[in-house]
Amino acid sequence: MSPAQWDLPPELCCRPMAFVALTGLDVVYNAIHRAIWDAFCANRRADRVPISFKVLLGDHEYPKCRTKRTSYEWYIPKGILKTGWMNKHLNLVPALVVLFYELDWDDPQWKEKQSECATKVEIVRTSLQGRNTKVAVVLIQKKTPLPPGEDLVASERASALCGACDLSGKSLFVLPHTDHLVGYIIRLESLDVEYLSFAVNRNFYIAEFIYKDPHTFHVLSCRYYRTAYSLVHELRAHETNMLEIKTMAGFINYKICRLCFQHNTPLDAIAQFRKHIDLCKKKIGSAELAFEHTAWMSKQFQSFGDLFDEAIKLGLTAIQTQNPGFYYQQAAYYAQERKQQAGQLCSHEPGVVYPAPDPLETPSGALDFYGQRPWRQGHQSIDPPDSEKEKQGILALQVKERDVLHSELVIALLSNAVAQFKKYKCPRMKSHLMVQMGEEYYHAKDYTKALKLLDYVMCDYRTERWWSLLTSILCTALKCSYLMGQVKDYITYSMELMGRASILHEEQKSRIEKNLIKVLMNEVPQPEPDCDLTSVKTAQSLWSDRISLAGNNEFTIEVQDYVPFVQCKAKFLYPSFHIDEPVQLHVYVRADCPHPVRFSKLCVSLSNQEYNQYCLLEDTSKEKDILETSTQENMCLVPGKTRKYCFKFVAKTEDVGKKIEITSVGLMLGREMGRYVYLNWRGGWGDAASSHETLQASRSFKRRTRLPEQQLDWDTVTIQSSTMIISRVPKISVQLTHEPPALTNEMYCMIVTIQSEEDTVAKDIKLTAGLKPGQDASLTQSTQITVNGSEVCDDSHPALLPDISLGDLQPGQKPLYIHCMSTGSRILLFHVAYSVSATVEGKDINCKCHKDETVTLETVVPFEVAMKFVSSKFEHLERVYVDIPFLLMMDILSASPWPIELVNSEVQLASSMTPIDQPQSQVEGVTLQTSECASECFLLKCPPVQNGTSTVASGHYFISWKRKSAFAETSVVRTIVILPHVMLENIPLYVHAELPSFGRVRESLPVRYHLENRTGLVQDVEIGVEPSDAFMFSGLKQVRMRILPGAEQEMLYNFYPLMAGYQVLPQLNVNLLRFPNISSQLLRRFLPSRIFVKPQGRNGDTSIEAA
Amino acid sequence: FIRFVVLINYPLYIRSVPTQGELKFHYTVHTSLDVVEEKISGVGKALADQRELYLGLLYPTEDYKVYGYVTNSKVKFVIVVDSSNTSLRDNEIRSMFRKLHNSFTDVMCNPFYNPGDPIQSKAFDSIVSTMMVQAC
Repeated sequence: MSPAQWDLPPELCCRPMAFVALTGLDVVYNAIHRAIWDAFCANRRADRVPISFKVLLGDHEYPKCRTKRTSYEWYIPKGILKTGWMNKHLNLVPALVVLFYELDWDDPQWKEKQSECATKVEIVRTSLQGRNTKVAVVLIQKKTPLPPGEDLVASERASALCGACDLSGKSLFVLPHTDHLVGYIIRLESLDVEYLSFAVNRNFYIAEFIYKDPHTFHVLSCRYYRTAYSLVHELRAHETNMLEIKTMAGFINYKICRLCFQHNTPLDAIAQFRKHIDLCKKKIGSAELAFEHTAWMSKQFQSFGDLFDEAIKLGLTAIQTQNPGFYYQQAAYYAQERKQQAGQLCSHEPGVVYPAPDPLETPSGALDFYGQRPWRQGHQSIDPPDSEKEKQGILALQVKERDVLHSELVIALLSNAVAQFKKYKCPRMKSHLMVQMGEEYYHAKDYTKALKLLDYVMCDYRTERWWSLLTSILCTALKCSYLMGQVKDYITYSMELMGRASILHEEQKSRIEKNLIKVLMNEVPQPEPDCDLTSVKTAQSLWSDRISLAGNNEFTIEVQDYVPFVQCKAKFLYPSFHIDEPVQLHVYVRADCPHPVRFSKLCVSLSNQEYNQYCLLEDTSKEKDILETSTQENMCLVPGKTRKYCFKFVAKTEDVGKKIEITSVGLMLGREMGRYVYLNWRGGWGDAASSHETLQASRSFKRRTRLPEQQLDWDTVTIQSSTMIISRVPKISVQLTHEPPALTNEMYCMIVTIQSEEDTVAKDIKLTAGLKPGQDASLTQSTQITVNGSEVCDDSHPALLPDISLGDLQPGQKPLYIHCMSTGSRILLFHVAYSVSATVEGKDINCKCHKDETVTLETVVPFEVAMKFVSSKFEHLERVYVDIPFLLMMDILSASPWPIELVNSEVQLASSMTPIDQPQSQVEGVTLQTSECASECFLLKCPPVQNGTSTVASGHYFISWKRKSAFAETSVVRTIVILPHVMLENIPLYVHAELPSFGRVRESLPVRYHLENRTGLVQDVEIGVEPSDAFMFSGLKQVRMRILPGAEQEMLYNFYPLMAGYQVLPQLNVNLLRFPNISSQLLRRFLPSRIFVKPQGRNGDTSIEAA
Repeated sequence: FIRFVVLINYPLYIRSVPTQGELKFHYTVHTSLDVVEEKISGVGKALADQRELYLGLLYPTEDYKVYGYVTNSKVKFVIVVDSSNTSLRDNEIRSMFRKLHNSFTDVMCNPFYNPGDPIQSKAFDSIVSTMMVQAC
């Protein structure tokens, strides 16, 4: 039996097409016929009716039909479906024979041609005798036919021809040989369809009656198939015909499912398939040939999977829970089952040979009926006719089955399934199938491939923490690595199988551990259980070869990818260490294996590799026998107990401020001279399961069980994989003495006092003082610092004064002066660095220490200066007039919490202003307490300017001041205040009055008004004096006059006061006719408006004065 | 047979009767997580609160039916029954899950239980045992 025995016959799987025979066409010599044939065959697209055409000679011999039988009972004993049947009906017996005949309606020799045509039809009919084949005639005509009904000759002759040929009118066609050949052909074909719906649904016998519809009538054919299917199952089934029934059921099921998929009813297909499987699952048949059943089952699933997959390729959408993968998977399952059964049923004694004569040989070389036994074809009774023959036959089948490469079948199916599940987002299913594939490869002794697959999926199970599954995979992987003599893999898998992730029993773990130790001692390990014996032999010799230590014998296992039986945690004792104390590092190691295990080396790698030498625990003795007991004990890991190894080293002074990290911890098992494995914990701890365990432990509320002395609870060990080396704690004190707040621009004095509490001399003391870096950039520009307080800082002084060398420490003070040019708070830093020698662990080191002191300094303005321009009448001035005197007033308001002494003040006028008298400071030597105010004023005037009105600068005001402090000598600070600009205006006419300071009732009061023309023009001036109740007066009451350029006009009035007290003077109205915008009011501002009038007094009373 | 599993993505509790074929059963449960995950992720975020906890039949196989249930905290319960077992309807399975969930809630309420550790509660065990007796 070939492995293809279970495959479906190709006739079954192909798309069924109606077979139509064309006769009467001479495609070789007749061009017209050729064109017709090409039109039939060319461009057979999917939308055209699926028909297979064949040109046959008119007298072609069709397969002979047997004589009609009267009863169907007759068939039963023979079999169900003959093997040649499908081919016959697909390719040999036509459903329709089309006879082509050249004949025009008006052919002159109509009669003769008609009878010739009738003869041809008769010949075809004869050769098809008994077949249910229809015959049609096509007349090839040269003339285009007239529309139906118009050509009377044609219709008459057509009916005559039909009569002669015994054809119905529907079976006669006319094919005019014109340009539209293809169009006609297509029409002809569609007529065919109509035809075929009657003609081609021929009832074929599958079982009793199965309608095989090679055409498009899916629903109909599907119904027939379903009937056939149920009929197959109604057949009496017994051991002898079970295979035949199942074969047939499989065929029909295939057809139904296929039609359902084509018809886009996949659920029907699935339901049918389920039904099919449920019905056939239990029909095992002969127990001796049970593998046949599983093979058949496997094939059922596989072909359904194929159908499903094909439908998907044509546009069907599958889902995660219903995709072809499941069917392939099930097919693989049955294939595995088959393998197992074959293993049980076909493991004959070595003496058993293939029987001769071959019972599977048939005279024709093939079977007559599907699913029958070659040695008893056609036999249908319940008992086999010849029991000896039966035995021989079964033996032959069993022997054949033995040679089948089951694993290959299984693997092929599994890989099909894997591809499907990958598509439908089933990663776990995929992994599972890959495990199965791996196991199958293992059984097929392809260990390399097995290991590759298993190794690939192992990590998924590991990260998902399915230990039971991981253990099972690891066991298989271990077997593979053992059988291949792969040392590294063997060690890796052993380590994991011994560890906490493995669910193996203690004794199994113990066995593995013993083997591991053997491997490490360079011995041959014991074979793994349940391994193939011949493979074990090969493996043993492989391992023996490795004793010579040929090849690589140093293995490194990166632990983070596995869960080995040794766990490790390395930690620094503290997150930071001072340079003058030793750095301490603890490494905790614990084994989970059943027996104690000894290691030969433990080393810690740190980020600065110079320290590695201090973190090394090594088996110093090279020979095993002369081990010191203490070392031996120390380097032995007892299962379940946590061992702690302490390392200590002195950090280098250049590492101050740096981080030291544990890059890895290595543990060496085995011997350095021989074979060894190096477990490497990156970062000093953790394997594939650790992070989860740490999380669980941290969440746990469980009270830690108290462990006896010197034993540790593993979970409580925390990780500290890096540490900082920091400088030695300084033993000095830094004190700052000052009087905050600072005043803007002053030289603020701070005194730094450094006192050493060191045991030895503190050398090279350096003070760095100033603005703490990292603050607002504007502060850097507005802060200056110096050690010299005698002069005010300028921009050349830095904000941070580094490394003020103070030499070896003499207890003392250092005054510093800080110049803050803006207000606000700023942080000042005082950094004192020095070096001192110290002894750590017997090593002298020169430690650099430093102490930082910071202080926040508030800066405030010492005083506010307010300035204003006032007229000589102390009236506020918005603008000043050329050559008219005015006052500049300063108010200095102290804002400082400390008293301020004003040393001097000075006005430095701009060129646009001149002092009228010698300006002298009026506040010199004044001391202002908080919120006190000092004022001074200066009499000034502005010389004329070129153009009428402009804004002029006034100049600067300098105040020299200092903080009045008993604490330290302070220097004088000169604060510059810029005087405000002022509007300067020309005035065309200046009026001023000359009058006594007071008047007296009824005494003449002479008032002289001066009018000055300040322009280069002659001015017309109108002057009037308004009357007043308080005065009588004499003089010009109203006058109009001209004043020459630069000239001055004097007007004299005699006022005669009538009332005492402050009296309003008679108002002088001046109108400038040339300058109408200079109003009388403006000019009046220069004139006094009131005067104090004394009452008529007694003689000698002259002491009262006007204010 | 009937089998009960509680898991996060790794098993917290596995109970099965009978115990043979355990490995295959573990694989079945493990692979069923594919479907569970797909079903959970299929539910939109907004609907997550109203999500039906019972996921129904996860996927059919020849030999057994796998049912799933996911709590709001993504703890998964899986029940595997023999596919020939027709006495257990959807409703029964559903109520078994509910009982399992209630009992699991009790386990979680135990201050000495650390979430994520294997379940070793006697009460939980006995609830499962009762259901097993009823189901078989």
